Amino acid sequence: MATNEGQKIPEEEQTAAKLGEGTIPAPLKEWKIQYTKIFINNEWHNSLSGKKFPVFNPANEEKICEVEEGDKEDVDKAVKAARSAFQIGSPWRTMDASERGRLLNRLADLIERDRLLLATLESVNGGKVFSNAYLMDLGGCVKILRYFASWADKNQGRTIPIDGKYFSYTRHEPVGVCGQIIPWNFPLLMLAWKLGPALCCGNTVVVKPAEQTPLTALHVASLVKEAGFPPGVVNIVPGYGPTAGEAISSHMNIDKVAFTGSTEVGLRIKEAAGKSNLKRVSLELGGKSPCIVFADSDMDTAVEFAHQGLFIHQGQTCTAASRLFVEESIYNEFVRRSVERAKKYVLGNPLNQEVQQGPQIDKEQYTKILDLIESGKKEGAKLECGGGPFGNKGYFIQPTVFSNVTDEMRIAKEEIFGPVQQIMKFKTIDEVIKRANNTHYGLAAGIFTKDLDKALTISSALQAGTVWVNCYGSFSPQTPFGGFKMSGNGREMGEYGLHEYLEVKTVTVKISEKNS
Amino acid sequence: MATTNGTLENGQPDKKMPPLPHPIRNLEVKHTKIFINNEWHESKSGKKFPTYNPSTVEKICEVEEGDKPDIDKAVEAAKAAFQRGSLWRQMDALSRGRLLHKLADLMERDRIILATLETMDTGKPFLHAFFIDLEGCIKTLRYYAGWADKIHGRTIPADENVVCFTRHEPIGVCGAIIPWNFPLMMLIWKMAPALCCGNTIVIKPAEQTPLTSLYLGSLIKEVGFPPGVVNIVPGYGPTAGAAISSHPKIDKIAFTGSTEVGKLIKEAASKSNLKRVTLELGGKNPCIVCADADLDLAVECAHQGVFFNQGQCCTAASRVFVEEQIYPEFVKRSVEYAKKRLVGDPFDVKTEQGPQIDQKQFDKILDLIESGKKEGAKLEYGGSAMEDRGLFIKPTVFSEVTDNMRIAKEEIFGPVQPIMKFKNIEEVIKRANSIEYGLTAAVFTKNLDKALKLASALESGTVWINCYNAIYAQAPFGGFKMSGNGRELGEYALAEYTEVKTVTIKLNEKNH
Repeated sequence: MATNEGQKIPEEEQTAAKLGEGTIPAPLKEWKIQYTKIFINNEWHNSLSGKKFPVFNPANEEKICEVEEGDKEDVDKAVKAARSAFQIGSPWRTMDASERGRLLNRLADLIERDRLLLATLESVNGGKVFSNAYLMDLGGCVKILRYFASWADKNQGRTIPIDGKYFSYTRHEPVGVCGQIIPWNFPLLMLAWKLGPALCCGNTVVVKPAEQTPLTALHVASLVKEAGFPPGVVNIVPGYGPTAGEAISSHMNIDKVAFTGSTEVGLRIKEAAGKSNLKRVSLELGGKSPCIVFADSDMDTAVEFAHQGLFIHQGQTCTAASRLFVEESIYNEFVRRSVERAKKYVLGNPLNQEVQQGPQIDKEQYTKILDLIESGKKEGAKLECGGGPFGNKGYFIQPTVFSNVTDEMRIAKEEIFGPVQQIMKFKTIDEVIKRANNTHYGLAAGIFTKDLDKALTISSALQAGTVWVNCYGSFSPQTPFGGFKMSGNGREMGEYGLHEYLEVKTVTVKISEKNS
Repeated sequence: MATTNGTLENGQPDKKMPPLPHPIRNLEVKHTKIFINNEWHESKSGKKFPTYNPSTVEKICEVEEGDKPDIDKAVEAAKAAFQRGSLWRQMDALSRGRLLHKLADLMERDRIILATLETMDTGKPFLHAFFIDLEGCIKTLRYYAGWADKIHGRTIPADENVVCFTRHEPIGVCGAIIPWNFPLMMLIWKMAPALCCGNTIVIKPAEQTPLTSLYLGSLIKEVGFPPGVVNIVPGYGPTAGAAISSHPKIDKIAFTGSTEVGKLIKEAASKSNLKRVTLELGGKNPCIVCADADLDLAVECAHQGVFFNQGQCCTAASRVFVEEQIYPEFVKRSVEYAKKRLVGDPFDVKTEQGPQIDQKQFDKILDLIESGKKEGAKLEYGGSAMEDRGLFIKPTVFSEVTDNMRIAKEEIFGPVQPIMKFKNIEEVIKRANSIEYGLTAAVFTKNLDKALKLASALESGTVWINCYNAIYAQAPFGGFKMSGNGRELGEYALAEYTEVKTVTIKLNEKNH
């Protein structure tokens, strides 16, 4: 996820006097990692195997600390705690919905209190530019928790006028124990996207943060306890995908799994869910999102959004505008301005104020991106700028722009997840719609035009869960987000996000007399 | 016991009861002026009016008396705050919600001050003011704070080649006229949904009880609502109230009070500018106790249902219908309850019942009690004023009441419980529905089919089964028939504070 707001202070914080903080503070100079253990039942545990794993700073490749490594046995323990917190008659099950909302609001308050520390950690552990971490990740995290806090007592069932002498109504009940597997690109934000709706609906959760970025999730665990959630409602087990992640997706006692990450892993999770207990699955996966720029658009706006839409967070966003289609008549000028914009970047330590691009998350990603850049060169795309690594320490890659890209090239088909922009050319509306939809992904799309009819026509023609018109990467807690086709199953955020965490129960009572 | 907003019955099981709060003795009244544009103003006429403590019948202070010119000034401020492009109109819905949340935080901070003021001005027991009125206010504010960014328009699959969507827009300047029985809570019931939907508001508190609403004005300013969004003009009904209901620049009016005044307001709205009207008016609410009910529960709920807040509730259980075979036992136990009810100084923590609001209400209630005696009801307990004090009335129970007696037909608004007898369900449905009111009803039975049958047969906006006064921010409240128009609370109340706009855009080509 990304927002195009960049370094700007979000608008609502400007208008609502006294509500938001106006300026971005400096990151903490000194901080200490307080939480490195497994969080179950509001207590800290060592891993049952006794194993730990290292966590690194991708900007300098140095180890930050070691964290307890959860595996199947630890997930089992967490599931037991979550199951018992979900028992009928438990404090969590008998709590008023409005009180669940109060707890979520309190959690948001505590995250606001610790915002500076969390943003610093997110920047150090995730290689994320500090101002982005502070404004977008932390800002988004607090907002989403508050948004779902207030859904808790607005999640209304219905009474239904069925045929015959019956009284019928629905109850929206929590699903049960939810497994939640979090990616490394937005460790805290994706955690909030999953905790908010799950807890607001009354579920209990077992969360596995990404092995690259477990630190902020563990800090939030301490805040969960401080906020006063009953033990077992939130459990956080750091660990690796093939071990702890696999244990969640194939667990017989987990009722639902939510995952954000690659399409490849998403397929395995849904398969494991099918093979085990048919747990409900929601997936938010990869994308190769088209961004279509018409000759009648405001070119400065389009260049800037397309640029931010791709390069934000080093290109490591599932919504990255990684297939940029530009109308023939403005193609050359668009490329020229995009290259100019990309060349302005300052790379370096993401905690430094003047830095606009940090490192990629790890060696594996770094190597994969460089390989895709090479394929672009070989397959005949024109390298306009960048095209290689940056510096000699940390996983930095130069902002890279390719022009004259064609649809069959690997860089036009595969998710790169790095700072690499592909610019293609198109001639007609019908052609660009067809090409934009010609992928098994369907996460997001952007359109730039001033023409009302064109904007609305293409918005309905594109096969994507989100369409942005004259903007890109505009997210808010109120609007649902998720993928068509192989970009995912289900939706997160908005009222739609509640449905993924609910079972609907129909209660029908025979009555002796009926009246409208 | 059942109480408004479920504060006592729905707490978390593991939540410890906080220590009892203590009222502030000799609390100084700070805010007595007209609140417009986040500033304090004197009345244009220069007039003031006194407000009294009904426990002692002593004057508390004088308050600026708003009249038509002051209302005009408030409406101008509210109109300006609602201008297109204003701070308020451009604010994100989420930020409106944050402001309401912060207001709730400040009310929590000043909860003891507000509860003390409410008790001084209304005579209601301090602990009720603290645990029921203030709790209801804070919860309602938080509930609507959360709605602000969840008021969804729709996209509509209209025929032909169009894009069609709705916007739920605020109506504009809303007038709100508040009663004296729950001065702060009724204000919040109106202000919270109005502001959450993005309206601006001109509020007239009751002339008997303006103090807590003026204090709230200071909190509105402290929270940082833009000037003009909330304006509070104390004054009398026939002057300031009439100016609101007939104002050509007020787009909507919400009123809680008597059916008599409600009719005047709707008439004035029609005669002026067809402003939208919501009314929450009187009731003469049936409480039906079947022989198979949990008798202890039914007696206690019926008792609290009628005596709560000195009987000064539109939801008062003022027609108790009891099934024949348990009638004598029910009456006996109800009398025992009434005898135990402690009447006295509302600041005393043991007190359950304070004074009536003013001499006029006091006289009216005693007159109705006399009519009950004359018309042949059997006075089981009470039946007169407390000997030694001003506006206090003894908890009064009548048995052998029949439907044609005045106490069975008129809204008493006092601590008087009329108990009637019934033989079968069809009969009691007919009798319960035989009046022009339709606010609430209650049923006590363990039988599922009977409960659901009565729930659909009773003509009232709320039906409580095996409980009473179970009012929650999440559940709508309002009247059938002459008990009102529209609904407050719940998602339904949002509809009273929004206009729906349909936007239709013609396209060249049909898409899927």
